[in-house]
Amino acid sequence: MSILINKNTRVVTQGITGKTGQFHTKMSKEYANGANCYVAGVNPKKAGESYEGIPIFASVKEAKKQTGVNTSVIYVPPPFAAAAIWEAVEAELDLVICITEGIPVRDMVEVKDRMRKAGSKTILCGPNCPGIITPDEIKIGIMPGHIHMKGRIGVVSRSGTLTYEAVGQLSDLRLGQSTAVGIGGDPVNGLKHKEVLELFMNDPDTDAVIMIGEIGGSDEEAAAEWYAKECQNKKPVVGFIAGVTAPPGKRMGHAGAIISGGKGTAQEKLAVMEACGIRTTKNPAEMGKLLKSVL
Amino acid sequence: MKIHEYQGKEILRKFGVATPRGKACFSVDEAVRVAGELGGKVWVVKAQIHAGGRGKGGGVKVAKSMDEVRQYAGQILGMQLKTHQTGPEGQKVRRLLIEEGADIKKELYLGMVVDRVTQKVCLMASSEGGMDIEEVAGHTPEKIHKVFVDPAKGLTDAEADEVARKIGVPDASVPQARGVLQGLYKAFWETDASLAEINPLILTGDGKVIALDAKMNFDSNALFRHEDIVAMRDLDEEDPAEIEASKFDLSYISLDGNIGCLVNGAGLAMATMDTIKLFGAEPANFLDVGGGATTEKVTEAFKLMLANPKVKGILVNIFGGIMKCDTIASGVVAAAREVHLSVPLVVRMRGTNEDIGKQILKDSGLPIISASDMADAAQKIVAAVSGK
Repeated sequence: MSILINKNTRVVTQGITGKTGQFHTKMSKEYANGANCYVAGVNPKKAGESYEGIPIFASVKEAKKQTGVNTSVIYVPPPFAAAAIWEAVEAELDLVICITEGIPVRDMVEVKDRMRKAGSKTILCGPNCPGIITPDEIKIGIMPGHIHMKGRIGVVSRSGTLTYEAVGQLSDLRLGQSTAVGIGGDPVNGLKHKEVLELFMNDPDTDAVIMIGEIGGSDEEAAAEWYAKECQNKKPVVGFIAGVTAPPGKRMGHAGAIISGGKGTAQEKLAVMEACGIRTTKNPAEMGKLLKSVL
Repeated sequence: MKIHEYQGKEILRKFGVATPRGKACFSVDEAVRVAGELGGKVWVVKAQIHAGGRGKGGGVKVAKSMDEVRQYAGQILGMQLKTHQTGPEGQKVRRLLIEEGADIKKELYLGMVVDRVTQKVCLMASSEGGMDIEEVAGHTPEKIHKVFVDPAKGLTDAEADEVARKIGVPDASVPQARGVLQGLYKAFWETDASLAEINPLILTGDGKVIALDAKMNFDSNALFRHEDIVAMRDLDEEDPAEIEASKFDLSYISLDGNIGCLVNGAGLAMATMDTIKLFGAEPANFLDVGGGATTEKVTEAFKLMLANPKVKGILVNIFGGIMKCDTIASGVVAAAREVHLSVPLVVRMRGTNEDIGKQILKDSGLPIISASDMADAAQKIVAAVSGK
């Protein structure tokens, strides 16, 4: 087993006709069971055409009706990405993974509000994230597949290449991953650390979790506090927070990576995680070793 | 993106928020002329820089005669204004705002941000306006009242009135305060602001509610739909290195240390900076070359780092995924040659085509120090810079 996605997941690519969407759909299709998983694309103007043998439909609803997709991945440009999320939600998919970087925060506030009010059961991952991968089964997103290895460690992270760094360290130590989830660096997003941690805690095929955070917000603290209350000693969790050296008020690349009003510092997050029974390291080169030490 | 106080007030006025009459000025003569046009007996001379804390730094003065207007405008214009937000070097004042004086009876506070937990716009209001709002929030958080606004409804009359009363607006002035609160919310929402602050919002002797200050920041991801706001950008207020970087789609932030770092990905870039500090040195910058780095981009990144005279060494940390290590290696070699690199360079590469990349670095004949992991890379550059 795994969380969120597996070899039976059926994916529709929204933005399949753009350069980024094409490149990553091709790469994802070539990974593991991808050829069976990637069954549809969407572009209202190119319905009836196909890309790499994947049929293109006019809408997500139509794609679902024709192919039975349950998950979408979005590469649509930022001005239209929130509408693409809403389209997938309206089609009642189980999971929407939005890779697009640079969506206005207001658009995300609106779409998240509509999702809540509609009582939607669709899970949103991202935006501005690398995606999700269940090694040797399916890769949905822009991560390099070859660094992953099938196994029993869960990975959840707000950043892209830092996730690859952690995965690379785990694979070097022959510690495979059950699923690696990139939740993205935007301030208003879907899945949060706490929710992914909960999924891993309930996954019989995950033995331990590595949680990678960064400055800004309080999602890591919320996850740590939930873990301390609900699952202490259930499965070990280790963590790293990027941005100890980041000065307040300066945005470090991600829209969410900013220390504002004295809140969201790395020191504060690390202290809360430690107090909640999550071992942390200040040396990102040792994330893998730290995890191995708690097994 | 940030704007000046006078620009923030222009926006707020469009949304029905009352402000004192005033005008931006670029010279002392203009300041005196504007004061004359405004009339009255009291004027406020305000330095226009993007940082807060201007009053405490001596950038805001009340003038009671034309001579004082001239005197204060002369003092403030061109001064190197130091506040807790500018850093020790301060920020040069190039613009002034000349305003009519106000009859301040009470100072209140209004602020607005997007709250990450509720994923809604949060209005913060307090009866304790003035300069030390951060202290109020820290020591007496109960004096900050919050409303999380429903994005489909906006700030309702009932919500606005309740907040107004909680912060001590007298009944007679509540309808006016409602207009200010709803105007601020509309301004925030419709301009895609990321922060809006009125501190202080004042009650005057005759019961008026007026925004005496205005601070607004905007979501850079939404600027594509706000040409009018982009036009307000003042490049004099931004770090020249950061402006240069943005031309090449590089994400760059100047810092105080002496080790330049070039990394792909924001999280990994921060982690690299942290590792440098962990081994006893300080990073000179944050630099994310992004996912599609070309030789040209890497060369520009090297030029940017080396333009900083404090840089005594460079650390390159790349996790190749879609971007291949050999592409980066070729870029690093070309850049090092073009800029005649004279400081130590440590390169750590991992991921796709790692071996080819390492061979390119080796074959270049350049004195590039190779590292096996992030910690090794940081230790090597720290040692090279400290001459060990």
